[in-house]
Amino acid sequence: MAVDLVIAAIRAVVMLLLVLNLSAILLWFERKGSALIQDRIGANRAAILGVGARLGLPNLGIVNTLLADPIKMFTKEDFVPAGADHFLHGLAPFLALFPVLVTFAVIPIGDTVTIGAHTFDLVAADFNDAALYVLASIGIGVYGIALGGWASNNRWALLGGIRASAQMISYEIAMGLAIVAVVATYGTLSLQAIVREQGGVWFGWLPRWGIILQPIAFLLLFTAGMAESKRVPFDLPESESELVAGYFTEYSGGKQAVFMLTDFAEVALVAMLVTTFFFGGWQVPWLYRDGFHLPGGALVSIPYWAVVVLGVVAFWIKTIFFCWLQILIRWTLPRFRYDQLMRFGWKLLVPIGLLNLIVTAVVVVMAGS
Amino acid sequence: MPLWLFVFLAALAVLAALGVVLQRNPVHCLMALVVVLLDLAVMFIGLGAVTVGFLQAIVYVGAIMVLFLFVIWLLNLQTEERRVAGSIGLRFFGAVGAAALVAELCVFVVKAPSTAGLSHVPPTFGSIGAIAEALFTDYLIAFEATSLLLLVAVIGAVALARRATASRTRSPVPVSPAVHEQIGARQ
Repeated sequence: MAVDLVIAAIRAVVMLLLVLNLSAILLWFERKGSALIQDRIGANRAAILGVGARLGLPNLGIVNTLLADPIKMFTKEDFVPAGADHFLHGLAPFLALFPVLVTFAVIPIGDTVTIGAHTFDLVAADFNDAALYVLASIGIGVYGIALGGWASNNRWALLGGIRASAQMISYEIAMGLAIVAVVATYGTLSLQAIVREQGGVWFGWLPRWGIILQPIAFLLLFTAGMAESKRVPFDLPESESELVAGYFTEYSGGKQAVFMLTDFAEVALVAMLVTTFFFGGWQVPWLYRDGFHLPGGALVSIPYWAVVVLGVVAFWIKTIFFCWLQILIRWTLPRFRYDQLMRFGWKLLVPIGLLNLIVTAVVVVMAGS
Repeated sequence: MPLWLFVFLAALAVLAALGVVLQRNPVHCLMALVVVLLDLAVMFIGLGAVTVGFLQAIVYVGAIMVLFLFVIWLLNLQTEERRVAGSIGLRFFGAVGAAALVAELCVFVVKAPSTAGLSHVPPTFGSIGAIAEALFTDYLIAFEATSLLLLVAVIGAVALARRATASRTRSPVPVSPAVHEQIGARQ
């Protein structure tokens, strides 16, 4: 019993630390990546004793973004504007971060592991209604942003908060429709079960990934997910050319850092959801519990622990690929206008999602009978 | 659900509900209501109605309360002023109503049926499969009638909103044709 509790705690803490570290690395990745895309040098300060420069290597600015920036932010003055709602102003960043972080609890990062007498899946919490849990926690995430904008007693911030809540509510519907279509395809709400369903191959070589059954749902979920994370081209809530910085105009120091962390955690969340629903999660093509069954019929057998490790590595590679894709899109596209944003969400994504769901339902019923 | 958890959640729900009534800032009241609804969702989950609990969180907390927030902002509601309560008649009827409600609750608690003879619910109780089966077999007509009602409400809301914008385009201020041309050229 006690051992089970310890294992559960370790699973939760490991997942949390992985996500927080990934978010921090994404911050560096975005700064350096955007510099590359825009033909700038980007972060290149705060080298340790100039080690890289002495060896003739370019300074990648890792110390700069991962150590110097956080220290600067958390030692800055925590400014609260006059007339602001102190309680909600302080609460809002954490109200934004918390729902995102708890969502990672249901994302499976690996297959079943057995240590001694204890067998468990590599997921912090696996239960039957996990897909509903994802939708619920994403829905609750609106409050932190909206209240952050309202509590600042600043018109730019309030406008940003209103835009954010309107946008997130609108795109949640498209997101929900995409997830429901996937759930209808696999007949389960548990993310681990959905990943297991994506094991194996068709025609002897094609991995049974969700993207092949539900390509439209993938586009919907990825687009709506990017809108949920409020990044370019959907960054109207903060659009710095109109609203100063939108909902976090009046935030500084640590609280601003928490909002930024939320941003990158959401990028990681969208990448993981897409990976889990459409790209087989921790499934490696042609890899089964006893080893690789290559398309030609050859069998390369490897021990089970190596299979598990390969699965975890595959999950992270896919996740990082989709994080990279989101950063690339962010630095490539211009921002939507507000009416375009609403028309795109309500008149394009929602009808496509409904049609996709109807077709999925008909096919599922016909295949079942 | 263990007893201590129930007591904790129940106490939190009562406190938050008091917060809804007693606070004066509408946004604070709304956040207290969000706490109440989330608290109820956790209770549903703890009592085995997992799907209902999550739906409560998605629909009430994730959607309806955000709309409330919108309405508060659109109407620009400020912190309400504490005024002297209304007429004596109003106070009298308020007191009578409150007393009747308390009496009803007391009767309900005293006369509540004993749980001794009840059997346990099946393990599938509250799962999404069981709920779907009940909705689409035993309660199909009620379910479809409710969906129809909601659809009518949605269409009605859209129709009302459209009429409002249509009348606004006939602007009360006369606009010269040149301005119209300019606007047209820019679009």
